[in-house]
Amino acid sequence: MEKTVNQKAWFLILPVLILVAFSAVIPLMTVVNYSVQDTFGQNKFFWVGLEWFAEMLASDRMWDALGRQLMFSAIILAIQVPLGVFVALNMPKSGFWSSFCLVMMSLPLLIPWNVVGTIWQIFGRVDIGLLGYTLDALGISYNYTQNTFAAWATIIVMDVWHWTSLVALLAFAGLKSIPDAYYQAAKIDQASRWAIFRYIELPKMMGVLMIAILLRFMDSFMIYTEPFVVTGGGPGNATTLLSIDLVKMALGQFDLGPAAAFSIMYYLVILLISWVFYTVMTNLDNKGG
Amino acid sequence: MAKITLDNLAHSYSSKPKGEDDFALKELNHVWSDGEAYALLGSSGCGKSTLLNIISGLLHPSQGRILFDDVDVTQSSTADRNIAQVFQFPVVYDTMTVRDNLAFPLKNRGADPAYIAERVQQIGAMIGMEEQLDTRARGLTADAKQKISLGRGMVREDVNALLFDEPLTVIDPHMKWELRTQLKSLHHEFGHTMIYVTHDQTEALTFADKVVVMYDGRVVQIGTPQELFDKPQHTFVGYFIGSPGMNVMPATVDGNTAMVHGLPVDLGAGYAALAGKVEIGVRPEFVTLTDGAGLPVKVRRVEDVGRHKIVRAELFGSEINILAGEDQNIGPDMTHITFDPARVNVYVNDWLNEGEAA
Repeated sequence: MEKTVNQKAWFLILPVLILVAFSAVIPLMTVVNYSVQDTFGQNKFFWVGLEWFAEMLASDRMWDALGRQLMFSAIILAIQVPLGVFVALNMPKSGFWSSFCLVMMSLPLLIPWNVVGTIWQIFGRVDIGLLGYTLDALGISYNYTQNTFAAWATIIVMDVWHWTSLVALLAFAGLKSIPDAYYQAAKIDQASRWAIFRYIELPKMMGVLMIAILLRFMDSFMIYTEPFVVTGGGPGNATTLLSIDLVKMALGQFDLGPAAAFSIMYYLVILLISWVFYTVMTNLDNKGG
Repeated sequence: MAKITLDNLAHSYSSKPKGEDDFALKELNHVWSDGEAYALLGSSGCGKSTLLNIISGLLHPSQGRILFDDVDVTQSSTADRNIAQVFQFPVVYDTMTVRDNLAFPLKNRGADPAYIAERVQQIGAMIGMEEQLDTRARGLTADAKQKISLGRGMVREDVNALLFDEPLTVIDPHMKWELRTQLKSLHHEFGHTMIYVTHDQTEALTFADKVVVMYDGRVVQIGTPQELFDKPQHTFVGYFIGSPGMNVMPATVDGNTAMVHGLPVDLGAGYAALAGKVEIGVRPEFVTLTDGAGLPVKVRRVEDVGRHKIVRAELFGSEINILAGEDQNIGPDMTHITFDPARVNVYVNDWLNEGEAA
């Protein structure tokens, strides 16, 4: 068939272009704009080149926040992924209780972030919170506003409570798609429970688990609301994760230039880690990992 | 290797079966002799796979017992029964190499590594995958995967029985033939009790010493291919085995003669008065076209299949098939048919009635 050339066709993608421009490109360019300029007020800006980037790269503050952020993401992945898979493996496969479990597990996913934060903020309070009061009564020193370890434990347990079901639901979907014949063959071959998991369930779940890990990584790496509501980044800077630090800098101190440079680097780090992760996983997959 | 006895066995998938119709497998008594190759033949949904899964222990029967060499194994697990089973669709362990796949059942049972290596090599050669032993199973084609499944089924030498559940469905015709031949030679070599489920009569007849025909949850006939051909015990066996299947027509029977639509047909035996639905069955091979004698037919169509011709004709409004020789000329004067009296079977309520010797 002969190809019709009609330049007017470009008009047809115009609505999409405008939409994307307003929703993504223009806001992003504003940030880029801020990151290379400085101002002394009165809406007068002047060019500073990559100075802000250099400043941010040299600042301990950002590196510390990045370190805490990486630790946070690593810990919650290390807990949520195995726990989610474990829950999925032990869920009823069909019938009323299966649906019941699915609904119960979806509940935390439906709660808004700041509500989750508030719930745990109150739950953990030593004076009125059930958890904080009980721990205190048992003689365990627990106070997330003063003790770094308690603060970390609280935000990690909170995130595990909030998001493990996502991993579990995805893993469950993966498990459900395995035909019965695989389990029957495994019985015939006298495979152990571990071997069934290792050679049948895990390989068949790999695809959805990859998505689960990627989602959980990105989400946890960008987390803001819940820890902000619970600890406000404290005690000191102990739970000041990247986005909390960024907001402090941009809105608290109104250092727009450094904050913009910070944002761009933040964005690039997420992009880079996700890309590396995705590439490694798909490569493994193709090789028959 | 073992003799397998089914004692009063029946199975229903519903937990409170109300009547016979609720049973996927109706009451059954049968002994599978040690070292024989059986084919379990029947149309889809007739209970073949149910029976197979009960024998392998994947399913526990609602009633009755299963004995391996007179030991009751009804409640034993699949592993304890020491059975190998190959399924309709290939089941391979994706992340393992072909070699590890084949070795898996042996490793799980703690066999000696040197023996495993040797045995896997041997099975690899048997299924024609020696070259690919070290590739991963994931990327292979469906028939390669099914060959691995077959190999995994055959890798253990000490199994009580080898069960196949339509294993060649996904394999292309050329390879089918080759694998079936290999299964047969394997059977000759090791003498395992083999049960092969299929809905393909050619497959059943070429593979097995004895064919078990199932219909609607019931075993209707067990016999050699020859017996199934000559004396189908049930009209279903008549239809199902043979190409085309047996012609069955309603009749009344009196002594040595059957009356079909008021015309006499000679029988090879004498019969007492028969009650119920009476029919006679004649295989197309034993129907002869004539130009005068016998029952009147209208020839509708002649299909030349090479070795012989299949004549599709009409007898009193219902279809009848006739097998004619390749060189027989079928002209417009061929208006009647006769039956070979010794080959006319009489059925009462679908079951064969042999009558008294003539």
